[in-house]
Amino acid sequence: MTTGSELQPSGEGTVEQPPVSGAPAIGVFLLRVIGAVAIPIVAFFLLWVTFDFLRDEDANRLLVVGVAIFVGVAGVFFLYWAMNRAIEMLPERYREGVRPYVFVGPALVILSVFMVYPVINTILISFKDSGGEAFVGLDNFKFVFTDQYMLRAIRNTAGWIILVPLAAVSIGLAFATLADRLGRGESIAKSLIFLPMAISFAGASATWTLIYAFRPEEFGSNIGLLNGIMLGLGQNPVAWLQEKPWNNLLLMVIMVWMQTGFAMVVLSAAIKSIPDEILEAARIDGASELQVFRRIIVPTILPTIVVVTTYMVINALKVFDIVFVIGSPEANGTVVIAERMIDWFFISNHDGRAAAIAVVLFVAIVPVMIWNIRRFREEEAIR
Amino acid sequence: MSATTAPPATEQIPVRGAKEAKGLEPRTGSWFVRIAVLVIVVIWMIPTAGVLITSFRPEALVDTTGWWTALAHPFETSQWTFENYRLALDTGGFASAFLNSLAVAIPATVIPITIAAFAAYAFSWMEFRGRYLMFIAVVGLLVVPLQMALIPILRLYSQGAIVGGYYVFPDLDLNGTFLGVWLAHTAFGLPLAIYLLRNYIGSLPSSIIESARIDGADHFTIFWRLIIPLSVPALAAFAIFQFLWVWNDLLVAYVFLGGSRETRVLTLALQGLVGREGENWHLLTAAAFISMALPLLVFFSLQKYFVRGLTAGAVKG
Repeated sequence: MTTGSELQPSGEGTVEQPPVSGAPAIGVFLLRVIGAVAIPIVAFFLLWVTFDFLRDEDANRLLVVGVAIFVGVAGVFFLYWAMNRAIEMLPERYREGVRPYVFVGPALVILSVFMVYPVINTILISFKDSGGEAFVGLDNFKFVFTDQYMLRAIRNTAGWIILVPLAAVSIGLAFATLADRLGRGESIAKSLIFLPMAISFAGASATWTLIYAFRPEEFGSNIGLLNGIMLGLGQNPVAWLQEKPWNNLLLMVIMVWMQTGFAMVVLSAAIKSIPDEILEAARIDGASELQVFRRIIVPTILPTIVVVTTYMVINALKVFDIVFVIGSPEANGTVVIAERMIDWFFISNHDGRAAAIAVVLFVAIVPVMIWNIRRFREEEAIR
Repeated sequence: MSATTAPPATEQIPVRGAKEAKGLEPRTGSWFVRIAVLVIVVIWMIPTAGVLITSFRPEALVDTTGWWTALAHPFETSQWTFENYRLALDTGGFASAFLNSLAVAIPATVIPITIAAFAAYAFSWMEFRGRYLMFIAVVGLLVVPLQMALIPILRLYSQGAIVGGYYVFPDLDLNGTFLGVWLAHTAFGLPLAIYLLRNYIGSLPSSIIESARIDGADHFTIFWRLIIPLSVPALAAFAIFQFLWVWNDLLVAYVFLGGSRETRVLTLALQGLVGREGENWHLLTAAAFISMALPLLVFFSLQKYFVRGLTAGAVKG
């Protein structure tokens, strides 16, 4: 898409020769161009020296963190400032031609190096061996669709992308509808449902291990909430997270707990935007609350439901943290696709297979990508 | 996707008033509604409450009785302690993990927003070749799963990229450095940031930009003096979204920064504790709450921006 040269704004200015109008003019012109090239280079160099300091492992941690934050934040402003100074040095007639590329250049360079190139590269690696060197044809994909853990991961992930959005959107919709009739206390109730959205998957998983905790006999008392309830009911405690295949559902509950708030907030806003006149008219005509919900509310906000569900499906497709933090996915049969990818990449060191698994994820998302672009073009056409 | 998840209607949680204002107040508060809402809210609060209560109980009690037993006599002060937090922060290494999280999250928020704001301005108000196609590419990148990028970026960091015997990308040895994580987070956050900010900046009235041009201001000045101040709501919403995303991230930090005690961030430190078969409940719960403290603070103090940022940032690779 682009090359690194766009980072240096003078790239265009040096290509075209200016009309010659005497020696001093050329001298000034050259000086300006040199200045325009030199300033960003010096800026980069200065930043690089500070980054080297950050690698120093013996340095005081607090100082390193402080310097890191300062350099990271100030550095990006400094780079743009330096590039703008460089433009000012260019001969006037080139300035406005170069400037847009200074504005979009850094973004395009980063996206090319860190997104576009990797996507192409990952697809290539998926046809290569463990070190990513020799081509092995479709072997990795054959592995993806025959390995027993991969097959389980695909089944489990299918469960995640169906059940999590279904549960989260249903509960979110029900809660949004109920809270809408609450009058007072609505915003507090919504906040409390939305709150888990603020914490990390790791934090949420840690939180829920406390609910699922289990200790076998003679290994101490059971302090997990679920087993507390079991004991209270006179039942034997259960090793919840090892109960195949139900432990998968228990992990999904964590994600539902986190994401329901999101569905609820978006759906609630959509419900609020339904004109009151329509709802009142239906009620006057004798529709029951359930009929109002099914025949008016749901059809009206259907587009929003579709969008929220798509978002949840994408999220569930990429679920990794919960399974990874809870641990022992292979032994417990809780493997999922994204977790397999990291496992083959980091633990088994097989880049080819890891890349093939990533490609499977990518292919699953491509339809959404095309849908996005199509929608965008339609919107732009209207604009 | 995010095109439709970012309507202005989805901006705030507290959506009271609209109906009351019209005096229509539909069938509020039947008992069924109140009880149903209450039940759901209580269920949703239980996990967090369990962690909070456990984190303040002494180890011996945590280990022998369920946290709910503390509710039977909440005012017995002997059953509460701060010791777990002291232990987690100090010997558990969560103080330095907290610092590392800050060192990752603050620049990884500021850098993408700055870069995206410049790009969004150019996409909205500057004429240059390839503008439309470049932006289409950004829209396409919105949903690319970041798993697609991990292997190549890690290779770039550790060996550079060589084409035909020349370094196209130098071997910078960025693995395990803050810069490496910032750049990765910047790249993963950029498509969405550019997309959202362009929507916002592009909808500013063209008259103000034109009149500034007539007054002789160049694009840099217009951007800095005019566009940035006008875009504060959008910038704040995205900043909160990106900050929380980075703060709560486990995968990117795990891949590019690693889990060593020196460099690990909060989520990784927490993962290390859970991994130990959960025999340190007093530490684990305190640590979990330390990792949640900042997000919860943001949530309660900046709720309006928080919700706006999250709903707008619905889709991210």
